[in-house]
Amino acid sequence: MTGFALARVELVLLIPLAAAALLALLPGYRLTARLNVAATLLTFLAALALLFTRHPAPGPYLLVDDLNVVFIALNTFVGFTTSVFSASYVGHELETGRLTPTYLRFYHAMYQLLMCAMNVALMANNIGLMWVAIETATLTTVLMVGIYRTHEALEAAWKYFILGSVGIALALFGTILVYVAAQPVIGEGLDAMVWTKLVAHAAKFDPALLNVAFIFLLLGYGTKVGLAPLHAWLPDAHAEGPTPISAVLSGLLLNVALYAVLRFKILMTANAAAVAPGPLMVTMGLVSLIFAAFMLYRRRDIKRLFAYSSIEHMGIITFAFGMGGPLANFAGLLHMTMHSLTKSGIFFAVGHVAQAKGTQRIADIGGLTETHPWLGWSLVAGVVAIAGLPPLGIFMSEFLVVSSTFARAPLLAIPLVFGLLVAFGALFLRLNGIAFGEPRGETHPVKASYGPLFAHLALVLAAGLYLPPQLVAWFQHVSQLLG
Amino acid sequence: MPNLAFDTSHLLAGGLVLVSFVLLYQDRLYSMLNVYALHALVLALAVAWQANIQNAPHLYVTAGLALGFKAIIIPVALRRIVERLGIHREIETVVGIGPTMLAGMALVALSMVVMLRVTTEATPIAREDLAFALAVVLLGLLIMVTRRNAVSQVVGFMSLENGLVLAATGAKGMPLVVEISVAFSILIAFIVIGIFLFRIRERFDTVDVAALDQFRGERR
Repeated sequence: MTGFALARVELVLLIPLAAAALLALLPGYRLTARLNVAATLLTFLAALALLFTRHPAPGPYLLVDDLNVVFIALNTFVGFTTSVFSASYVGHELETGRLTPTYLRFYHAMYQLLMCAMNVALMANNIGLMWVAIETATLTTVLMVGIYRTHEALEAAWKYFILGSVGIALALFGTILVYVAAQPVIGEGLDAMVWTKLVAHAAKFDPALLNVAFIFLLLGYGTKVGLAPLHAWLPDAHAEGPTPISAVLSGLLLNVALYAVLRFKILMTANAAAVAPGPLMVTMGLVSLIFAAFMLYRRRDIKRLFAYSSIEHMGIITFAFGMGGPLANFAGLLHMTMHSLTKSGIFFAVGHVAQAKGTQRIADIGGLTETHPWLGWSLVAGVVAIAGLPPLGIFMSEFLVVSSTFARAPLLAIPLVFGLLVAFGALFLRLNGIAFGEPRGETHPVKASYGPLFAHLALVLAAGLYLPPQLVAWFQHVSQLLG
Repeated sequence: MPNLAFDTSHLLAGGLVLVSFVLLYQDRLYSMLNVYALHALVLALAVAWQANIQNAPHLYVTAGLALGFKAIIIPVALRRIVERLGIHREIETVVGIGPTMLAGMALVALSMVVMLRVTTEATPIAREDLAFALAVVLLGLLIMVTRRNAVSQVVGFMSLENGLVLAATGAKGMPLVVEISVAFSILIAFIVIGIFLFRIRERFDTVDVAALDQFRGERR
C-alpha cells in the first residue's frame, strides 16, 4: 500500500519531468501544444488521486500532508487550464511571428519543468530540497520571461534574474541558519534538514538563531512572493513575458513562495521563545497592499496593472496569515485560492485582449465590450471578481479577512480597508476606459479559448455563492495546522 | 597546537572577506575577474581546511569544485566573453569608491554584531565562519548594487554565492545535497548569464544595464 502511495506522489513529479524531456525533442505546434495539455491534465489527475486517498508516511525528501495537498491540487489545476489557454495563445504568437518553432519547443519544455519544480517545492519535506526547487522554478521563469527577446523582455528577465537570485541567496542563508540551530538538538546530517523532524524538535532550538534565520527566509522567499519593497521584478516580468507565464507566475509561483514562508512560520510558532512571526508578516503585507494600491493608478500597461494587483493581493494574503488564528488563516487560504483562480483567469482574458488589439497600452484599448463582447464582458467579470464585489469568491474571503481583523485588532483594520478601497477605485477607473466607451485602437479578430477562463470564473462565482461543507471543514482543519 | 584548527579557519574566512573588499573597489573588468579567481581560490582553501578539521571527505569535492570551476573555468570563460564583446574598459559605478568602502565596513560590522550574538550555542569555528560568510554575502550584494555593468553584477553575484558555500561548509555535517546544489546553481546561473550576455550583445551592442533602463515601459 505504501509503495502504491509513494508511486502516486512520484507521478505528480515524474509526469511533468518526462513531458519536459519529450517536448524538448518534438517539433510541430499542434502536436506539442496538445501534448502539453495532456501532460498537465495527467498531473492534475495524479494530484487529485493524492487528495482523495490517505497520505503516505513522510520520507526524508518528500512529504504529503493536509496543508500542501491543497496547494498541489490548486497548482496542478491552474497548470492544466493555463496549458489549454497557452495552446491557443502560442498559436497566435506563431502566426504573428513573435515566436519561432524552436523557441516554442523550448517554451513547452520549460513550462513542464516549471510545473515539476513547483510540485517538488510544494512536496519537499527537506528544506534544502525546497530551496533547490524554488531556485529551479525561478530560473525556468527567467528564461521564459526573456523569450520574446525584445529590449523590454530582456530587461525584465535580467531584473527578475538579479533580484530573484538575491532573494534566493538570502533564503539559502536562512536555510543554513535553521540547520545550524537544529544541529545541536537533532544531530548532524540529513535529519536536521527534514521539516517534520524540525517541527517536532523546534521547541528546543536556540530562539535567537531561529529569529535571524526567519528574517532571512522571510526576506528571501518574500522577494519571490513579490512583497514590497522587494517587488520590483514582478511587474516587469509579468508585462514582458508570454501571457500564460504571467498567469502561472501570479496564480502559482507566488503561492509556492508563500507556502515556503508558511512552513517556516509553523516552525517559528513551534518554538515559544522565538519572536512571533505574525507582526513581521502583517507589516510586510500591509505595506505591500497600500503601496500596490496607489501604484495601480499610474499604470499604462494592462499587464502591469494586473501585476500590481497581484502584489496587492499577496499583501492581503500575507497579512491574513500573519494575523494567524483559525479565522484569519481560513480567510488567507480561501483568498489565496480565489486569487489564483481569478488572477490567472484575468490574464487569460488579457492575453487575448492584447492579441486582439495588438498592444498592451491601456490608452490604445477601449470599448472592448462593443468590439469583442465575449472577451470584454469576461474581462469585466474578472475585474469585478478581483476588486472584491459580491457575490464572487474574493468578496467572501476579503470580508472574512476584514471582519476577523476588526474583531481582534481594530486599528489594523483601518489601513487594510483603506488599501482595499484605494485599489478598488483604481481598478474600476481603468476598467471603465478599457471595457466601455468608444472603441479605440486597431482591432484584429482573435481565436480565443474561453474554456479555461469561464471555468475559473465559474469556480470563483460558485465559491462566492456556496462553499461545500466538506471544503469548509478541510480548510478549517488546515487553518488549525497553521496555528 | 590546540587552536590551529580555529586560527586557520578564522584566517581563511577572514581572508575571504578581505578579498571581497578588494573586489569592491576594482574598476576594470579584467582585474575584477582576476580578483574573483583569487576569491574562489581562498574559498577553496577555506573549504578544504573545513574538510580536514571536520573529517568530512565529501567537502573536498566542494573545495575541488570551487578551485577548478570557479577559480579557473569561469574567470577564463568570462574573460573570453569580455574580449569578444570588447568591453574591457572601465566599469561605471553608481557611487564613488569612498562611500562604497564605508558602506562595506558598516556591513561587515553589522554581520559580526548580528551573527556573533545569536550563535552563542554553536562551536567557535562555526560562529566565525557564519559571521564572515554573512559579511561576504552582504558585500556581494553591495557589489551588485553599486555596478551598472552586467558582467560585474554577475561577478558580485558569484562572490555572494561563495559566501553561501562558506556558510554551508562551516555548519558542521550539513548534508552534501546543499553543496552540490550550490555548485549546480552556479553552473546554471552561468549558463543563463551566458545566454543573456549573448542576447544582450546581439540586440543592444552594449552590456551596460543603464542602456537597458531606457527601454523600460513606463519611463516616458
